[in-house]
Amino acid sequence: MADNTLATQTRTTQSDTDAARAEAALLPPVDVIEDAGGITLYADLPGVPKDKLNLHIEADRLTIDADIALDMPEGMQPSHAEVGLVRYHRAFTLSKELDTEKVGAEFSNGVLKLRIPKAEHAQPRRIEVRAA
Amino acid sequence: MLYRSFFPRDLYADMDRLQREMQQALDLSPNIRGLARGFPALNIGGTAKSVEIYAFAPGIDPASLEVQIEKGVLTVAGERKDDEMAEKAAVHINERYAGRFRRVVALPDDVDANACEAQYRDGVLHISIPRSESAQPRRIAIH
Repeated sequence: MADNTLATQTRTTQSDTDAARAEAALLPPVDVIEDAGGITLYADLPGVPKDKLNLHIEADRLTIDADIALDMPEGMQPSHAEVGLVRYHRAFTLSKELDTEKVGAEFSNGVLKLRIPKAEHAQPRRIEVRAA
Repeated sequence: MLYRSFFPRDLYADMDRLQREMQQALDLSPNIRGLARGFPALNIGGTAKSVEIYAFAPGIDPASLEVQIEKGVLTVAGERKDDEMAEKAAVHINERYAGRFRRVVALPDDVDANACEAQYRDGVLHISIPRSESAQPRRIAIH
């Protein structure tokens, strides 16, 4: 009996993750650049107005969710589509050196720029060598 | 792995992505022009009154975009600058397009190229070209 319950539970979780993955979304292309002070992330999200962009940081996970909103005339029939979905989704795991409290975000012309500084203790330091 | 340290990636997510991309390539583009994708990505649609073209070109100064119609062929061209880089910066992921681009679309015969309108918003260039008056359906009165 106990085995059964466990099996059912496992199956439920499995189908839950499947459902979440089945919801199709575009994977926005990103650039990630690291310098001494932190990380800069650029993401291309064309067609997304500011209010449809959702950034979420929970523990060490950064999630970008965005919906495309284009103004289309009524009754438009698509004849060729290279962007075939209306949602972007991408998630990253952030390392512990990054300070998630101080994330700066800018969004203009469909490009998201995220600046995540490194925590104080992870900043590079120059160690003076003194002649003895 | 190609990408290291700050963004350790989930292997399953990567496999998922690969599968999804293959699926999308097969499903969504049964296209005579093949599966190759250019920059900017184009969506094209039409109504009885106009042809609508959407070019997904984020992060571009609209003044630097060249949109041209010549002999029924629409050309969208421009240049996208690479990211500003601080000294001693390391690039971990580089997927975004940078450099010059140019895409060409043959328009249907019944459009009025002189009345074309283009606007750039949220990184999407929307070009709307009305169909010419003479091509509009008309009801012919019978006397």
